[in-house]
Amino acid sequence: MKAQALSLDKMGRTHREMSLANEETSLEVNDLNLFYEGGKQALYDINLTIPKQRVTAFIGPSGCGKSTLLRCFNRMNDLVDGCQINGEIKLDGHNIYDRVVDVASLRRRIGMVFQKPNPFPKSIYENVAYGLRIQGINKARVLDEVVEKSLRQAALWDEVKDRLHDSALGMSGGQQQRLVIARTIAVEPEVLLLDEPASALDPISTLKIEELINELKSKYTIVIVTHNMQQAARVSDYTAFLYMGKLIEYDTTDTLFTNPSKKQTEDYITGRYG
Amino acid sequence: MLDKDAHSHHISQQFNTELDAVKTHMMEMGGLVEKQVSDAVFSILNADSGMAETVKERDKLINAMEVSVDDECARILARRQPAASDLRLVIAISKAVNDLERIGDEAGKIATQALALAEAGEPSKGSVEIRMIGEHVGRMVHDALDAFARLDVDKALEVAREDKLVDAEYGTAMRSVMTYMMEDPRSISSMLNVLWSLRSLERVGDHARNIAEHVIYLVKGKNVRHVGLTELAKHVEQ
Repeated sequence: MKAQALSLDKMGRTHREMSLANEETSLEVNDLNLFYEGGKQALYDINLTIPKQRVTAFIGPSGCGKSTLLRCFNRMNDLVDGCQINGEIKLDGHNIYDRVVDVASLRRRIGMVFQKPNPFPKSIYENVAYGLRIQGINKARVLDEVVEKSLRQAALWDEVKDRLHDSALGMSGGQQQRLVIARTIAVEPEVLLLDEPASALDPISTLKIEELINELKSKYTIVIVTHNMQQAARVSDYTAFLYMGKLIEYDTTDTLFTNPSKKQTEDYITGRYG
Repeated sequence: MLDKDAHSHHISQQFNTELDAVKTHMMEMGGLVEKQVSDAVFSILNADSGMAETVKERDKLINAMEVSVDDECARILARRQPAASDLRLVIAISKAVNDLERIGDEAGKIATQALALAEAGEPSKGSVEIRMIGEHVGRMVHDALDAFARLDVDKALEVAREDKLVDAEYGTAMRSVMTYMMEDPRSISSMLNVLWSLRSLERVGDHARNIAEHVIYLVKGKNVRHVGLTELAKHVEQ
């Protein structure tokens, strides 16, 4: 084990390369630049690969572009007026910015969960079944099965199985967020994008979400944006540090939090002045 | 590369203060341990049982200091969740105080041998060897602590190199002591006291090397325990 690690070091490869070399790629970002209206550049020459069935965290100060980058993965920025994107993002080898790509089906493959839980004003059951219903699936047996499976995966089933037809708005914030995750995974996406999924939750609900992330990575590729560095350290396998629209460092979470190679990363994760 | 101000400049002044304090406490403990080694060697060379008693008594203080610094490290880990070089600093300190405490124990053992020799009252052969190795490892402890304070990996590497020399000196000293024993079997009892003292001094050198390795871990982020000198030098150069 030790001999192998040393021989790889001799080849001058970093820990990230050592690990990423063994990973299957889910998303690949090549030379991505993003401009908002008026030519204000928000992302500069981003290049990175997101490994399949792993948790990748984006960290960085407010306004560094981490949420902007996350939103590029399911083309949420298309909804922003005047937003212009150069470069490419490949999902399983195909550029998601190709003209032929159907954005609705892309968003089914790449689901997203936001900071504030946003359940629909419907029952718990209908929230989870929603994605299937809009696909035209209405068979009760199929829906029942998917709702139960998704709620179980979201570690919510035991808490809500006796009140599936109650309004989702009566749930606690932590439960609502897990419901939103259940709704997202009901349509079986490949990638889950989580934008500050626990920042509006109390510590116990936060831990439940983190535990859930850990469970879900065996099935899904997960990309999480978080302000909470300890959370990134706890849940992710890889961490990318962004600063002022640039990707400063991308490495295994273990390396980034114990021995980062860039001073800017070190200063940020240790809470220092730049 | 870390500079000597590497662990200040946090946005939280309180965190700066806590890291400074734990470093200072480790260095205070280090200073006392250095003194223990030189006093223990002095007591054996000069058959000074009073000094030997003092060394044994002071070891209790060193033990208490280890516990206290370790508690500080645990508090910082729990409350601050340090990362990167801050994390490595806390880990390195926690390990270094363990080595310092063990050096203190070895000094205590030398003091015990000094008491036995003083009681026997005979001038002992082997003092040349004890003086030489004693001074050598005393310097190593000093340099290892200096390297820690200055985050100086070159000096840390030097300490590791010195440990090799001490091992060789210890081998030579062992042979001399055995010769003295064969020449004069009546001296076997006192020569055994000398031998145990030499063994303790050699262990002090090992612990100084460990501290030097913690410095390399702290500065370079590389765990260099159980690697040879050539490999160690490579890590330092990178």
